[in-house]
Amino acid sequence: MDGKVTIRLNGKAREVAADITVSGLLDELGLVPGMVVVERNREILARESYAAVRLSEGDQLELVHFVGGG
Amino acid sequence: MISTHSSADTPFVVGNREFGSRLIVGTGKYPDNETMVRAIRASGSDMVTVAVRRIDLDRTREEGILYHLDPGEFFLLANTAGCYTAEDAIRYARLARAAGFNEWLKLEVIGDETTLLPDTQATLDAARVLVAEGFKVMAYTNEDLITALRLEDAGCVAVMPLASPIGSGLGLLNPYYVRAIKERCEVPIIVDAGVGTASDACLTMEQGVDGVLMNTAIAAARDPVRMAAAMREAVVAGRLAYLAGRMPTREVAVPSSPPLPE
Repeated sequence: MDGKVTIRLNGKAREVAADITVSGLLDELGLVPGMVVVERNREILARESYAAVRLSEGDQLELVHFVGGG
Repeated sequence: MISTHSSADTPFVVGNREFGSRLIVGTGKYPDNETMVRAIRASGSDMVTVAVRRIDLDRTREEGILYHLDPGEFFLLANTAGCYTAEDAIRYARLARAAGFNEWLKLEVIGDETTLLPDTQATLDAARVLVAEGFKVMAYTNEDLITALRLEDAGCVAVMPLASPIGSGLGLLNPYYVRAIKERCEVPIIVDAGVGTASDACLTMEQGVDGVLMNTAIAAARDPVRMAAAMREAVVAGRLAYLAGRMPTREVAVPSSPPLPE
């Protein structure tokens, strides 16, 4: 399969390469894996799996991090 | 040398971990990150709260707090602020733990948008699930004794009644209820939310509670770094006054000097 798949990334549709891994996506976004937590289809991914998990059409991805709060 | 600590205090221990300061501070609402870090250092706190949020991919990555705050210098306490259901709070708790720092959590389930008062039933429901999953839960609640006892019974490592609504700066509205909670619970009682200025923090500590958690009182002060230093002193002063045991109040005057001879 060539080309692109569409995922939902933090609530917005986004086209990514069809065989992209989570690591690849974080790299593309300029995010440091150690600073991010990734939820895929409501399941938290272990950091060790980022390089192995490939994204599929329709995947829902949430990227969260720590911000200031009380 | 004369020590001001003539009667040493017991260490401040929460969930088997000892902290150097009875003041816990938040990291939200500061005018800028540099001021935040300077204020936290001035507060003397070693435990700081952070929130978990979706990354805004349209904005600079620098909004991530870990770019500014060294997790080696401060113990990070993730909160579930902004959650309105037990399910959401549990989800955000798991996300926070997956960040990989610790399994501690400031559990907060809000029940009302206007007052930001806690949904105590949902807080209890979430606490039971999270404690079973191995979280060390510090539960934000109102100043209701029965809820506090139930949170303790659920296995929370600390119960955190409010002084007054979050961000209100109204100070300690109900010292009697907070004292009742402190007298009846065995886990540490940390008053969380509502402190507005140093005297509020001091008065709160004078009730005998184990600690105080605050954010806006420092972050929204005209000079946050100076207010953080004031809070540090106020928490120590309030604790010392509590340990010292205040004189009884009387409705009549009693002279401090001996009477003149007849």
